[in-house]
Amino acid sequence: MRVSRAETVMNYVILGVFALFALGPVLTILATSVSAPLGQPEGLYLSNFVEAWTVGGFGRSLGNSVVVAAIVVSLATVLAIGAGYAFGTMRFRGSTPLFYLFLVGMMIPSEATIIPLFFDLRALGLTDTYFAIAMPQVAQSIAFGTFWLRAQFRALPTSFTEAAALDGAGPLQALVRILVPASRPAIVTMLVLVFMWTWNEFLIALIMAPGGSLRTAPLGLANFQGQYTSETALLAAGAVIVALPTVILFLFLQRHFLRGMLEGVAK
Amino acid sequence: MGSGTSPGAVPGARRGRPSAVARGPLTPYLFILPAFLVYGAFALYPLGRAAQFSLFEWKGFGASTFVGLSNYVDLAADADFRAAIGNALVLIVFYAVVPLVVGLVLAAILRRGQVRGMGFFRSVIFLPQVIALVVVAVAWRQIYSPSGLLNELLGMVGLGALTHGWLGDPGTALAAVGFIGTWVEMGLVMLLMLSGMSRIPAELFEAARLDGAGAVREFFAITLPAVRGEITVALVLTIIAALKTFDLVYLTTSGGPGNSTTVPSYEVYFRAFDLREVGSASAVAIVLTALIFVINVGVTRIGERES
Repeated sequence: MRVSRAETVMNYVILGVFALFALGPVLTILATSVSAPLGQPEGLYLSNFVEAWTVGGFGRSLGNSVVVAAIVVSLATVLAIGAGYAFGTMRFRGSTPLFYLFLVGMMIPSEATIIPLFFDLRALGLTDTYFAIAMPQVAQSIAFGTFWLRAQFRALPTSFTEAAALDGAGPLQALVRILVPASRPAIVTMLVLVFMWTWNEFLIALIMAPGGSLRTAPLGLANFQGQYTSETALLAAGAVIVALPTVILFLFLQRHFLRGMLEGVAK
Repeated sequence: MGSGTSPGAVPGARRGRPSAVARGPLTPYLFILPAFLVYGAFALYPLGRAAQFSLFEWKGFGASTFVGLSNYVDLAADADFRAAIGNALVLIVFYAVVPLVVGLVLAAILRRGQVRGMGFFRSVIFLPQVIALVVVAVAWRQIYSPSGLLNELLGMVGLGALTHGWLGDPGTALAAVGFIGTWVEMGLVMLLMLSGMSRIPAELFEAARLDGAGAVREFFAITLPAVRGEITVALVLTIIAALKTFDLVYLTTSGGPGNSTTVPSYEVYFRAFDLREVGSASAVAIVLTALIFVINVGVTRIGERES
């Protein structure tokens, strides 16, 4: 399909303007992160990252984020694989209403569940634990993952499980040896999305760790912002540190991000 | 979404009989049980508890008093809650309507224009979606600050008279927060529109062009009707994002100045943990949840009826 030269020029202008609009804040924060800290002469300061890392305690908050993300991603994936397997390949009584019950979970806002979770877990002495930060997110990710993997397992031919049955495999063996390996791309997509959501999550981490000892990376940055409002260079360096993992993951695994966003979230 | 992995896409892949490897009627339930226990305990059960909390007056400690529906009744007359709902409606324009228009135009250009570097534009414009909102808030606070990039740009083009602290002025704070939402959501909408447009057969465009249709007529006659489903999906996602915008408000304005930028999700947090009115906070949370359900079902129904 051809379009006129004038239209082509216009197209690039429009796309360029919006690409700049999208990149502008990102470039601003990158430029600020290497700019002179308060009271220093102009220049390029890569040392801001070291300074922000130590002053802001990002080593610890990133560590907390890694632990929370590891729990959420692994637990949600394993549990959603089980549920998606049953919904996607087996016939049983009540499967439709049960599946809708899981689907509803994709609509429940954490604003609604977090208040009772906080007070109930506090009564059990469980706030300020990885458990309290991770489990509500596991529940949300299970809702998405069950939906996502049900569709995936449903799309696989029945001959997969039939062959496994002929070999004498039980349901768990068929799942682990055949269906999971055959579904690797869909599972990777789920891992990537759940990791991103967990890494960027704010509200649950804010409420569930009131003591501040288990601050995740976004909370660490928010706290840093509260304390060092005028230290824009350090603040920007901290922001870059917190954003980097998901941005790098996105640049390397774009396929999985875009596919998941389109097919999973969009349903 | 009519894609390859959607349910029902592959014939012969299911239904007829129970799974070949199932060992008994309990097998499927055993596979669902662990997921259901966690999901039930940390999503369904607390939702029910929130509904229960909303019928009580409670400070978060000590005794609670059953007050029936009076927390809900009080909301109707509550200035902050009404401001939050009004602000959420304004944010929907910024989060959903504007990105929809922008996303449609950008996707149509990428689809029609045989643009080189399509992957580049797509990724760059989508990038804001993957960045933590805390980071987004830090970046935009700097841009909006009195000595920030926005005021600098205005000064450069001779509009220096407009410069001020954008987030601190009750007249501009809500729009400033909303504009961040536009920045975040436009890439997601564009991606959805692109995916819908990729299903349109090229012959349709060629036929339209032989008939002498220009870019604008082509857009309204072919492209727009073809992506109706994606528009529905995009609206559901972005409207919910607007209603749930907690991080940005908490980190940029804390609902102020006054109550000019407060939103329902911020009210939930503020009432529960600053005002210590857990019952009232739960009532807001339940209203928010109901609103999300209604919008989800409503927009989807309308989308289905029209297609």
